[in-house]
Amino acid sequence: MSSPDLAVPRVTAAQTIGAEVTCAHCQLPVPAGLIDDGADRQFCCTGCHTAFDVLHATGLDAYYRLAERRTEAVRSTGRAYEEVDHPTFRDLYVRPLTGGLAEVELYLEGVHCGSCVWLVERLPRIVPGVARTELELRRSLARVVWDPAVVPLSGVARTLDSLGYPPHPFRGVEREAMRRREDRAMLARIGIAGAVAANVMLAAFALYSGSGAAGIEPQYERFFRWVSLAVVTPSMLWPARVFFAGAWSSIRARTLNMDVPIALGLAAGYIRGAVNTVQDSGPIYFDGLATLIFALLVGRYLQQRGQRAAADGAELLFSLTPSNARIVDDVGIERDVPAEALTPGMTLAVRPGETFAADGVVRRGRSQLDLSLLTGESRPVSVDAGARVFAGTVNVSAPLEVTIEHAGEATRVATLLRQVEESAARRAPIVETANRLAAWFVAAVLILATATFFAWHHADPARAIDNAIALLVVTCPCALALSTPLAVSMAIGGAARAGIFIKGGDALERLAAPGRILLDKTGTVTEGRTALVAWRGPDWVRPLVLSLERESAHPIAAGFRAAWPGLDAEPASESLHVAGGGITGLVRGHRVVVGSPRFVRDQAPPGAGGMDIDRELDPSLTPVLVAVDGSVVAAAGIGDPIRADAAGAIAALRARGWTVELLSGDAPSVVAAVGRSLDLPADACTGGASPEDKRAVVEEAAARGTVVMVGDGINDAAAIAAASVGIGVHGGAEACLSTADIYLTTPGLTPVVELVVGARRAMTVIRRNIAFSIVYNAIGAGLAMTGHLTPLVAALLMPASSLTVVYASWRGRAFGGAGERR
Amino acid sequence: MSVLYIVVPLALLVVAATVVAFVWAAHRGQFDDLDTPAVRILHDDEESGRQ
Repeated sequence: MSSPDLAVPRVTAAQTIGAEVTCAHCQLPVPAGLIDDGADRQFCCTGCHTAFDVLHATGLDAYYRLAERRTEAVRSTGRAYEEVDHPTFRDLYVRPLTGGLAEVELYLEGVHCGSCVWLVERLPRIVPGVARTELELRRSLARVVWDPAVVPLSGVARTLDSLGYPPHPFRGVEREAMRRREDRAMLARIGIAGAVAANVMLAAFALYSGSGAAGIEPQYERFFRWVSLAVVTPSMLWPARVFFAGAWSSIRARTLNMDVPIALGLAAGYIRGAVNTVQDSGPIYFDGLATLIFALLVGRYLQQRGQRAAADGAELLFSLTPSNARIVDDVGIERDVPAEALTPGMTLAVRPGETFAADGVVRRGRSQLDLSLLTGESRPVSVDAGARVFAGTVNVSAPLEVTIEHAGEATRVATLLRQVEESAARRAPIVETANRLAAWFVAAVLILATATFFAWHHADPARAIDNAIALLVVTCPCALALSTPLAVSMAIGGAARAGIFIKGGDALERLAAPGRILLDKTGTVTEGRTALVAWRGPDWVRPLVLSLERESAHPIAAGFRAAWPGLDAEPASESLHVAGGGITGLVRGHRVVVGSPRFVRDQAPPGAGGMDIDRELDPSLTPVLVAVDGSVVAAAGIGDPIRADAAGAIAALRARGWTVELLSGDAPSVVAAVGRSLDLPADACTGGASPEDKRAVVEEAAARGTVVMVGDGINDAAAIAAASVGIGVHGGAEACLSTADIYLTTPGLTPVVELVVGARRAMTVIRRNIAFSIVYNAIGAGLAMTGHLTPLVAALLMPASSLTVVYASWRGRAFGGAGERR
Repeated sequence: MSVLYIVVPLALLVVAATVVAFVWAAHRGQFDDLDTPAVRILHDDEESGRQ
C-alpha cells in the first residue's frame, strides 16, 4: 500500500491528530486493523485510497487544500456500470450534441459541499474524452458532456464512483426541461412587472406631488398621465396575461378561482384609467395596478419554488433506485439490463449488498433483507423461496433469484413516491390567502374610490378627484399582500442560519399552536445505527470477541468495533461465518463462538453453563452470546441507542402543550421499551406500522387537528407529506428530507423545540403586521374619503407604511437568537 | 421644464434596454442555478495558480 513517491506535506500533517490515525482522504479515524505501518498515508477504506490515487495521479491534490472537506468515507460501489452503455439507456437519457459529443444528466450520491463541485468539475482532467462537467450543488445534478468515441459512459461513471460519487441517471429530464422553461418565463415576467411598477411609481410621484395648490402645469400633468399609460401597458399585455388566462379558464370551467377578482380588478382599473387619460380627467390607477401585478407574481414565484422542492425530492429518490439489474434468461445466462427494460415475469439475480430493482417473489435462495428503506425496521429480515421482496430494499447476506411481479412505476416504492408528490401538490400555502385578500382589497378600494369621487362630486366638485386619488394612494395593497410573505421569509431565513430549513410559510403557521407530534423511532429518536448498548460479562472476553469481529462486514461487528476502539485484537484463525447465526474461530488457543442465542447454544456441548445470561438484557435489544471453550461467558445487547437530547426535547415539547407520540415500523416491543425510557405513556407508542399504516394514522389524525410528523426514512416520506407539517431530521434519507416541509441539519430533537418556539414568534409578528396593515388602511381610507388627506401626504404615507411593515418583519426575527448559538 | 419631453422618453428607452437584457439573461438560463456559482468562484483558478 505504500507509495513513497507521493509527497504532499499538508496531507501528512493532517493525518495524525493527537494519537488517532486519520484517513488521508476523508480524515476519519482509520480502524486499527487497516493501519499500514510502512506507508506514508493511511486510509480508512479502499474507496478512500482509490480516490486519493486518482486525484494524485492527475495532479488534483489541491482538493486537499480546500476549506470544506468531506466528513464521511468514500462510499463507492465498485460497480461496472455496463448498463449505461446499453442502447435502451442511451435512448432514454443521452442527448447527442454537435461535433460527436453527447450529454447526460446524472444524479450523484455523496455530494455535499463546495469541494465536491471543484472535484466533479475537474472530471475532464481525470477522464480523457470528457469535454466538460457542471455540477448543480443544490440538487446534486451533474451535467456531463463527453465524446462517446473516446470513452464509454461506463468509464465516466466508474471514475465518478471511485471518487465516492456513485452516479444515477436523472429520471426526470423532460419534466425538468419543461420546468426550466416555466421558471425562466416566470422570471422574465417578474422582471418586466418590476421595472414597470418602479417606473410608473416615478411618474405617479410627479403627478401626486404636483396635484396640490402649487400645481403641476396642465401640459406636464397630461404628459405624465400618458407616460404612465404607455409604461403600464406592456405589464398588462405580458406579465398580467397569466391572471387573465387563469381567470378565463376558470370561468370556462364554471368555477371561481382567485385569478377572477384579480383579472377583474386589473381590467377595470386599466380601462377606466385609460379612458380617464384620454378624456384628461379623473384618476388613473396605473401605479396601483403595476405594483399589484409585481407583488402577486413575486408571491406566486416563491410559492411555486416551495412546491418545486417537494417534487424535486421525489424525483431524486426515484433516481436513487437502481438503474440496472441483472436478469437470468431461460438457459441460465446472466446479463445486465437497464431497470427500464424489466418486465413482470423476468427472473432477477440479486447478489448480497445489491438493491432490488423491482417487486417480486423469491424463486430460489435464502437470505436476509434490509427493509429499512421501506419499513424502518432496523433488524434484517429473513426471506425464503416464496417470500415477497420490494424494489428499494437491500439484499444483505446471500444471492437470490426473484421472479418480477411489478417493475418501474408499478412498484411499491414508486407508488409511495407518487403519493408523496400528490400530498405535496395538494397543500394550499398561506401566500394564496394573502393574495386573495389583496385581490378583494383592490376591488374594495376601486369601489370606495368611485364612491368617494361621486359623493364629493355632489358636495365639492373641485376636491372630488383629489380625494379619490388620495384614497387610491394611501391604501396600499402591498402593505397587506407583502407583510405576510415578508415576515415568513424573514423567519425562514433566520431558521436556515440556525440549521432549520423551512420550505413554506404554511408550516410555520401550523406550528404556532400546539397539536400532536408523531415521532419516528429509528434515526429520529434513536441514532439509527447498530451499537453495543449493554454488556454483561467479564472484561477479558472483549479482546476475544473483537478478534473474531475485526474483519466482518456485519453491522453487529461494526457495533463491537465502535464500542471498544482502543482494544488490541489479534487475528483469529479458522474463523467461520455462518449467515444468520454468528462467527466461530480460534483465538489464543481458545474456541470462541459469537452469535445469536440459538446459534451459540447449538455449538455448545449439552449441559454447559451460563445459558440464561441473555435474560438479563432488556428485551428490546438483540441478544448476542459469547461462548469460550464451550461455556457461555458473556451476553451483549445490540440495539439502536436513544439520542442524548431526546428525553429533554420531548419533555420541553410536552411542557408547551404538544402531545408527543412514537410511530414506528420497528417491532412493537422495541418501540414500547424506547417509549418507557422516554417517559411516554404506553398508548402513545405504536410499533409495527408499515409506510402505508403510518400514512393512514397521520391522515386520520390530520383530519382532527394539527399533526406534525418527524421522521428520517423513505418509509416516513408518505406520512411526512400527509402530515400538516412534515419534518425530516438530520441524517435521514434524502427523499424524506426533500419531501418534508422542514428539515433539520443539526442532529437530535432539540431543533424541533427551537422550531416550535420560533414558529410561534413568527406568527406573532405576522399577526401584528396584518393588524397594523388593516388599521393603517382603515384610518387612511377614512381620512381620504372624508377629505382630510391631500394626495401629496398620501404619497408620503404609503411608502412609510410599507417601510414600517418591512421594519417590523425584520425586527421580529423569530430565529435570530438561535442563529448565534453555533 | 420642456426638457422632460426628451428626458423621460430617453429614460424609458434605458429601462426598456435593461428589461430586454434581463429577459434575455433569464431565457439564457443565467438564473437557473443560484447556489453553485457562489461556491465555484471561491475555487482558485488552477492554471494561473501554478505559474
